[in-house]
Amino acid sequence: MRKYLALAAVAAGIWGAGASQAHAVEIEYWQYLFDSRVTAMNKLIDRFEELNPDITVKQTTFPYADYQTRLVAAKAAGKSPEVMQLFYGWLDKFASGKLLQPLSEDVFPSAEIEKDFFPIVTAMKRDGKYYGLPTAVRSLALFYNKKLFKEAGLDPENPPQTLDDMIKAAKATVKQDGSGNMISAGITLDMAGQDQHWWREVLVRQFGGDPYKDDYTKVNYNDDAGLKALKFYTGLQTDEKVGKVGFMDEGQAAFRAGLAAMTIDGTFRLGAFSSIKNFDWGVTELPANADGLRSNYASYFANGIAAGVEGEKLEAAEKFLKFVSSKEAMDIWLKTVGELPARREAAMTDENLKDPIYGPFLKGLDYAHTTMFVDESAQRQVSIDMVNRVLLQDQAPDESLKQAADAEQAIIDKAKK
Amino acid sequence: MTSANTTQVQVAPQGGRSRKRLRMQTKRVLWAWGFLALPIVFYSWIRFYPTLDAFWLSFTDWDLLNEPNFIGLDNYRQLFNDPQFWQVFKNTFTYLLAGTPISLCFAFVIAYFLDRVRFMQGFIRALYFLPFLTTASAMAWVWRWFYQPVPIGIINGLLADFGISQQPFIRSVDQALPSVLLTAIWAGVGFQIVIFMAGLRAIPQTYYEAARIDGLGEWAILRKITLPLLKPTTVFLVVFSSIGFLRIFDQVYNITTNDPGGPLNSTKPLVLMIYQSAFSSYQMGYAAAQTVVLFTILLIVSLIQLWVMRKR
Repeated sequence: MRKYLALAAVAAGIWGAGASQAHAVEIEYWQYLFDSRVTAMNKLIDRFEELNPDITVKQTTFPYADYQTRLVAAKAAGKSPEVMQLFYGWLDKFASGKLLQPLSEDVFPSAEIEKDFFPIVTAMKRDGKYYGLPTAVRSLALFYNKKLFKEAGLDPENPPQTLDDMIKAAKATVKQDGSGNMISAGITLDMAGQDQHWWREVLVRQFGGDPYKDDYTKVNYNDDAGLKALKFYTGLQTDEKVGKVGFMDEGQAAFRAGLAAMTIDGTFRLGAFSSIKNFDWGVTELPANADGLRSNYASYFANGIAAGVEGEKLEAAEKFLKFVSSKEAMDIWLKTVGELPARREAAMTDENLKDPIYGPFLKGLDYAHTTMFVDESAQRQVSIDMVNRVLLQDQAPDESLKQAADAEQAIIDKAKK
Repeated sequence: MTSANTTQVQVAPQGGRSRKRLRMQTKRVLWAWGFLALPIVFYSWIRFYPTLDAFWLSFTDWDLLNEPNFIGLDNYRQLFNDPQFWQVFKNTFTYLLAGTPISLCFAFVIAYFLDRVRFMQGFIRALYFLPFLTTASAMAWVWRWFYQPVPIGIINGLLADFGISQQPFIRSVDQALPSVLLTAIWAGVGFQIVIFMAGLRAIPQTYYEAARIDGLGEWAILRKITLPLLKPTTVFLVVFSSIGFLRIFDQVYNITTNDPGGPLNSTKPLVLMIYQSAFSSYQMGYAAAQTVVLFTILLIVSLIQLWVMRKR
């Protein structure tokens, strides 16, 4: 009898161990490969596992070019990660493809999200439900080369604040060789980079327009304001001759090489520019128009929970998502990646606002717009082609603008079908 | 195989041993087919099944995320009404019709003269062959920098030294395609040279000796002996490089990554259009329709070439 009791005790012990092991949940987290982001996430995971010893998080990364395809393929194969990172612009595709599940209203109340986060987070909301939350957000600013400013007799501590000032500074800093070839640009022109956003969400508005209507379902830039904005942009190359599309291949490459006095780029470029050794650079808000109107474009990568995750994995995933979108996580992210916190409380601290680098980006967030893309690369291509038609084929700007508006409308209509 | 077996049965004098030998023979055949079957099954599965599947997908609206719906010929209708497709179609044939003859003539001329050089021949041949071994993307990136305007572009720098004005190269609607094509030709020519040289070596020297004794000039020897006897090599290279130019992708994609296939689609080949439809817009059905079109073109071009250059 005693023997049986002992056996039972052993069995119970084994069962107990098994049960406690079942509590150790492992969830998988996917993001795209970018060194500082991976380092930051590793730090967050360590901290999260410290706080939740029963949950392990495994991070997997893929090169950016493959990342979206991997997510889609993983869903098709039934092997989605529990928590995934996604660009806000992919949400429509991912939500309609049932890649994500909406966040539970109990754990992530909408009212609270809207109170605590910057308004751009509503881009993750569909039919009243949130599908993900960001850790960090990004906005644009004007980077300028202090050395080139000084050489041109400009005050490196007083960067241009209006579009007119910007053109003046660009004219002062642009350099040409004897045969008129540009050897250093006043400002970079790179529609494939961030200029597409500058044109759409900033210049069009500054010339009195509104680039889209009806919740970004109607293209609205084919008007006088759009035309002025396009002429202003292409005019930088054709009339003012302060920049050239394709100069040094990419705008950011020209700036890094010290061969461009100004470039418009995002927070995510801070990491790459911080390694510049041979000159000092500064950051300022995107220039205002003559009436003082400013605008900006903000975007972000959010973290969402895959469709089909349930039970204790869902609970663990929710805990993890809650942690990575907490103030503590945002502080770590800002220090490691340089991207701005998505919560007002974490972002708008005195220290951050006074920071000569983060300050201009943070101020930009206040008046930023977030384009709701249906197919980001196809829509970007429309802007690239619009400018190319004017610059390479001498097409009249109004015709090119109309063609672009029609093409982009077709892309949107097709996606909404 | 059967005829071999029957002869053995007839020839074999002693019944018992012949049955054993027959079994050996059958066994050998079975073994051979057994070994062959695995790759055949595998090959059909990875090659023909996806091909057939692509045909089926081209009639659907599959977007990778939702179940495919059968939509008949809609994808093809959309494709043939898409001006971009016709631009891409034209580009693809420009790559083919300019690339194949230019690269082959170039390769033949080099091979013909290199064949006569004895000094450092191996070294020179290796130099020509080197680009073929390099990754297409790495090469494309180097060329991309060559084509830049001053102050970094090497070619424009040279032009400037000679007082010639800068050329836009890959930033021009007219010059971009030839610029890309040049890198593709440069990359593939080493392989063609090596094959041509092997073909030239295979022509018996006695023909040349006889021709020279008969007093034939070099030009006549080339026309009457070298070129006709080199025909199998030429056919192989024409088919091989045509398929290569019809499927051009790496060079274009890497030289124009900021504006893939640009500017204004002036360099975009069919494969890049397929890639974009499939993996950046997720229009799998549409991409499959384009793939079917490409497949058909490849098939027709290959068949025509084999027919034209067949042995009489």
